[in-house]
Amino acid sequence: MRAQSTPRVLGAALVVAVMVVILSIRLNTFRDYQIAEIAIEVTAVAGLTVLTGLSGQISLGNGAFMAIGAYTTALITLHLGWPFIAVLVIAAAVTAVAGAVVGLAAARLHGPYLAGATLLVGVALPSVANAYPGTFGGDQGLNVVFTTPGFLGVNFPLTRWQAWVCSAVALVTLVLLANLSRSRVGRNWRAVRDNEVAAALAGVNVARTRILAFVVSATCAGMAGALLAIVTELVAPGAFTITLSIALLTAAVIGGLGTLPGALWGSLVIILVPTYATDVATSHGLSSSVASNIPVAAYGVVLILVMLIFPQGIQGGVRWALGLFGIPSAPARPAASVPDVTPRAGAAPASQHTVPARKGSPPESQEKEGTP
Amino acid sequence: MMTSPAGVPGAQQRDAASLVIEDLVAGYGEVRALDKVTIVAGAASITAVLGANGAGKTTLLRAISGMVRPRSGRVLLDGADRAGRSPEDMARAGIAHVPEGQGVIAELTVEENLRIGMMSWPGIAPRRADRAAALAEAYERFTVLADRRRKIAATLSGGERQMLVIARALVARPRVLLLDEPSLGLAPRVMTQVMDMVVRLSRESGITTVLVEQNARVALAIADRGVVLNLGRVVAEAPAGELAADVALRHHYLGF
Amino acid sequence: MVEFLQFTLSGISFGMIYAAIALSLVLIWRGTRLLNFAQGGMAMFTTYVAIEVVHHTGSYWAGFAAALAAGVVLGAVAELAVIRPALGKPELNAVIITIGLLVLLEGLAGILYGGQFRSFPAAFSVIGLRAGSTPLGVSRFDVFVAGAVLATTLLLAIGFRYTSVGLRMRAAAFNATVARLSGIRVARVITLGWALAGLLGALAGVLVSPSTFLYPNSMDSIFVLGFTAAVIGGLDSPVGAVVGGLLLGVALSYAAGYLGSQGSDLTTVVALVILVVVLMFRPDGIFSGARVRRV
Repeated sequence: MRAQSTPRVLGAALVVAVMVVILSIRLNTFRDYQIAEIAIEVTAVAGLTVLTGLSGQISLGNGAFMAIGAYTTALITLHLGWPFIAVLVIAAAVTAVAGAVVGLAAARLHGPYLAGATLLVGVALPSVANAYPGTFGGDQGLNVVFTTPGFLGVNFPLTRWQAWVCSAVALVTLVLLANLSRSRVGRNWRAVRDNEVAAALAGVNVARTRILAFVVSATCAGMAGALLAIVTELVAPGAFTITLSIALLTAAVIGGLGTLPGALWGSLVIILVPTYATDVATSHGLSSSVASNIPVAAYGVVLILVMLIFPQGIQGGVRWALGLFGIPSAPARPAASVPDVTPRAGAAPASQHTVPARKGSPPESQEKEGTP
Repeated sequence: MMTSPAGVPGAQQRDAASLVIEDLVAGYGEVRALDKVTIVAGAASITAVLGANGAGKTTLLRAISGMVRPRSGRVLLDGADRAGRSPEDMARAGIAHVPEGQGVIAELTVEENLRIGMMSWPGIAPRRADRAAALAEAYERFTVLADRRRKIAATLSGGERQMLVIARALVARPRVLLLDEPSLGLAPRVMTQVMDMVVRLSRESGITTVLVEQNARVALAIADRGVVLNLGRVVAEAPAGELAADVALRHHYLGF
Repeated sequence: MVEFLQFTLSGISFGMIYAAIALSLVLIWRGTRLLNFAQGGMAMFTTYVAIEVVHHTGSYWAGFAAALAAGVVLGAVAELAVIRPALGKPELNAVIITIGLLVLLEGLAGILYGGQFRSFPAAFSVIGLRAGSTPLGVSRFDVFVAGAVLATTLLLAIGFRYTSVGLRMRAAAFNATVARLSGIRVARVITLGWALAGLLGALAGVLVSPSTFLYPNSMDSIFVLGFTAAVIGGLDSPVGAVVGGLLLGVALSYAAGYLGSQGSDLTTVVALVILVVVLMFRPDGIFSGARVRRV
């Protein structure tokens, strides 16, 4: 993540906030709904990009944390009728605890084993709602009542208010995450991601650092779930499928893993590409089964192409483009999994006259090794 | 290219080949690890490549075997330039590269490791009799392996692993053998055995050998010629005896 | 006691399908160090191919063979077209590409065949077998399912163990560098691994579809459970894949059988519990110990 000073981050957030307000007033209800959708996606993806990009842990289960946040919101609103801001805080707290539990269980797992465990969390948790329909409403789900506050007047469109609330939460989340990633916590995450043993030797509590990343990521997903509940005004298991969890990771990676602007780009692609493709397909008068599936196929093609053309995600491409215009930006940091192409031995020759030592660390194989 | 017919039992090798490296340049990213290196290794000779950590010795072997693509220069095997070919092609052309410390496939049995050596044989399906003969010859020379042929290579000691690597090179019948630090981590007595085998392979089977070694004293003792690399350049090239006798050079580059 | 026997036998039948998917994931993991999220989507697509062929020829076995052939082709083409270009880029890129491939295949299936549920024929009778008067809980077709996967697995195992190609595949999986330096064309071996994985996936698709119906997302949950089986067994171990599949199949069958409708709602929760327990003791799967650390 690029080191951004706090004023710059706040400035950027302010600009985006103004843009959202203007857009939400100028555009129609459907676009307002899309702004809310994107903001929800950004909130969840930003948490995941921190978890996977900075702390090096993959999660295919953040959809489950969204479900926890959404159901918490629905249950509190339904039974207690508390104001949304209180509900949001509680939803965040509940998912933080859930994140700690999952993070604790996952602390020893790596790579595909972590992916498999979290994927199953993402699939299993929402199915609990089906098993206990008395509490969670089963397949039908729970309705959520959300209204505009009185001071805006009765004619203020609900979708615009939803877009504002979602965007505000997303922006606050981004600012907090940007600060967090520059703090000692963020440095520890990177240290653990790059080399667990070295981090431990340097005095970093590896397990605690990894679990904290899960807590942060889950909290973001929980808030996104709460927002989803008030925007769709319905919380049902059908919204929290394996597809949702996978889409979150996909957005984080194609946006540019570990970068917060990347979370925005990824969310835009995830929300807008299918909508746009649907518009094109229906405007050409295709049959419904074809028109509804062309966006799906197009989305698949976009995912493949972005990954092949921009290995560092869209944010990597943005940096490259800025570089073309001579605008300085931090170089795209290769992901932790990229083999280090700069041989450590290359830096050694300076001392070789005095050190008749045994061979140190020769450049590692450039091949894909059989063992990770 | 192949002067002897495919699938001859192991003892009869293809004709010995010369290996000539000309103006080879290679590196990683910004780092230029080899800078116009030229080395001539005569047919059936042993050439020791020496130098300190980071001098470019390992990169040299990688660039010859195709693991690192050279940026320029030529790798001539019997006069034919093969620079830039893939490791698979190089192996099939008769260049066997044994990387440092990871020559055996630990998960496979001793016999399977030896059979890996046959994968570079010319032709699609070698005759069963040829395969059996090659294995028999390897076991005859390396009796310690014969007793362990069904054992997983991971259970072997360090010395036995090096023996296995060299036995596999024998099965592969290469024309050129590139050895990276075969003595690393071996007890002195075992190291002597390994070096003995390297010499016998070269002399009896006519394999042109390029030997990268930190232990310059041992390497020069068995080599015909020696090459000293420093910062990716050749700083000395001479018959092994001359290098070993050059006190200043030894002091400066070889540390003994 | 009879119930227990019934649940066990039907669990084995489903478990073999998870095992087939798990095995296909293991094949790809060993060669490419990559989780293929498109495995279920590929199986779904090849089953549509089978439906088309059955429809046109009227022969179940022609469709069966066509699905397997399509699986081989699809696996190899996927590797060559989109996976190989991603090698050397960050690891997750290839994972996202397989997700893209999954989405693309599901979209294509929707465009070509529509989203509605299609029934797929079974090769043999699906009426429950009986021992005397006792129902066994499995049909002739279930026996065929288990037998077909078992036979394919054994053939693969023999091929890996005793043929030159099998040795090449194992060498490439364990140590690609040494394999290449020995003259093994590792890239071809990897493509072959994907082709075999495609075949196994296609087999699973044809075998499971009579009981699940076929639609663009129909293999999603089968993939999740197959993946779980592979993780339980250890992604490097073909034996682990089969054991993991059977373990999962039988456990889920007991859960559905003894816990009633709530049990079947909680299928994935039961799978999660098993996975967590296994990974607590063996973070790299049950059969990870079989793998030797290279020096």
